[in-house]
Amino acid sequence: MLSFNKNEILETIRMIDSENLDVRTVTMALSLFDCVGRDADETADLVYRKIVSRAGNLVKVSNEIAETYGVPIVNKRVSVTPVSLIGARVGGYEKLCKALDSAAKEIGIDFIGGYSALVHKGMTAFERDFIDSIPAAIASTQKVCASVNVGSTRSGINMDAVRLMGEKIKALAERTASTGGSGCAKLVVFCNAVEDNPFMAGAFNGPGEGDAVINVGVSGPGVVSCALRNLGKSADLLAVAEEIKRTAFKITRVGQLVASEAAKRLDAQFGIVDLSLAPTPKVGDSVAQILEEMGLESVGAAGTTACLAILNDAVKKGGVMASSSVGGLSGAFIPVSEDDGMIRAVRRGALTLEKLEAMTCVCSVGLDMIAVPGSTSAATLSAIIADECAIGMINNKTTAVRVIPAPGKDVGDEVEFGGLLGRAPVMPVNPYSAAEFIARGGRVPAPVHSLKN
Amino acid sequence: MKAVVTVVGKDKSGIIAHVTSFLAEKGANVEDISQTILQDWFVMIMLADTGDTPLTDLRKGAEKLGEKIGVNISIQHEDIFTAMHRI
Repeated sequence: MLSFNKNEILETIRMIDSENLDVRTVTMALSLFDCVGRDADETADLVYRKIVSRAGNLVKVSNEIAETYGVPIVNKRVSVTPVSLIGARVGGYEKLCKALDSAAKEIGIDFIGGYSALVHKGMTAFERDFIDSIPAAIASTQKVCASVNVGSTRSGINMDAVRLMGEKIKALAERTASTGGSGCAKLVVFCNAVEDNPFMAGAFNGPGEGDAVINVGVSGPGVVSCALRNLGKSADLLAVAEEIKRTAFKITRVGQLVASEAAKRLDAQFGIVDLSLAPTPKVGDSVAQILEEMGLESVGAAGTTACLAILNDAVKKGGVMASSSVGGLSGAFIPVSEDDGMIRAVRRGALTLEKLEAMTCVCSVGLDMIAVPGSTSAATLSAIIADECAIGMINNKTTAVRVIPAPGKDVGDEVEFGGLLGRAPVMPVNPYSAAEFIARGGRVPAPVHSLKN
Repeated sequence: MKAVVTVVGKDKSGIIAHVTSFLAEKGANVEDISQTILQDWFVMIMLADTGDTPLTDLRKGAEKLGEKIGVNISIQHEDIFTAMHRI
């Protein structure tokens, strides 16, 4: 007998058919600690073999699950142990990067993450070599994503790493100048990076994680904005928050179902469900639209940070009971190029870099997919990273910078990245210099509230 | 496995006959059926035991049939509704 009422059934059908409910990614996190060989060639070979043998069925199984449940699974990905650690003794980072890229192509996934280093307190010589390898390695591969954690609430901010990362972003943009600096879309700089994030470009399998773990990222900004539209304009904010929670709960339950099924079928451990409202350039799949549905004429207007804070918190509260293990970044992403509503707000002059920075105090991550003029100096990029890290460090949250200094482009131009990465209007950056501050180097000490023990 | 079949479209004669005979051809057994007309729109929800027929096959056939008779037919695994609406 049917144990659901008509409204419940029609709601689910509507969410999937017309409101873009999807599982954004099934990410298999793999440990590479058992792949260290005698030299770089052997290590690269072991890395390739492990990924192909362990995640070879990821795409097939994900497609089968999507067919069984009728819910699209948009991306299938792999994240690995930070590669800086795997090459600590053998070096040859570019070879390892190429091995990741070949393995990703072989098994048909769209991205592989974990070309990463964790240098939030200090940097070893091998980590320095690793960071130096990033521009060439990422520019010469298609599917590998890199991330570097340069700060944390517990340890402060490694400003030497921050300075280096500004330079590497700049170098990577120049190496990929023919595609608008698109290499930078595959490089993210973190403060308080999480070890079980399934989303790119920042996914890696943390050293404290298991050998093969399924982490699932669920999305559905379209579902949330439709729910708010149906709620109407007269509902007060408690009602708005409740509606978001209810919707987030339902979305996360789908993620939990898919994640546990994927873990079972792939003989892997179930890790976490990350409920992140991740927009796509598709109309109606926008976080900006949710904020505007809450009562803003345009995202970027006064009130945007407050609306985003309500959204981010309600999403977490709704998701937390829906899954046996919520993790990753869980909240609302605010990438510019990937969100139709954000792009329109930048074009009409409603949304600035400074407002986005304020929004990162309350969103789930940070400054994401933002194009700035190609003339922006490495020191200014480092200073933008330092600002974001300060927000993350003091507020005990993850923050990140994924910024594209688009070569030869200036304010008023747009950069097209294609696919889910979308297109980004080039945004103005404050022209005054922070070069002397960045040149100081050293470490920003951890804040007093890091002393918790 | 159990699937929920939802049919939504402009009301006309023969919709139930078309859909149920399609399901019978595919070896699916209809276990429950509920149907209403909402402002000229025909809404029918069925619970079917699909036996060994893969949902993908059913969906492909249903899509074709839906186009032919001018309704939207959706076939979903029962578990997705349980996950979303039952704690």
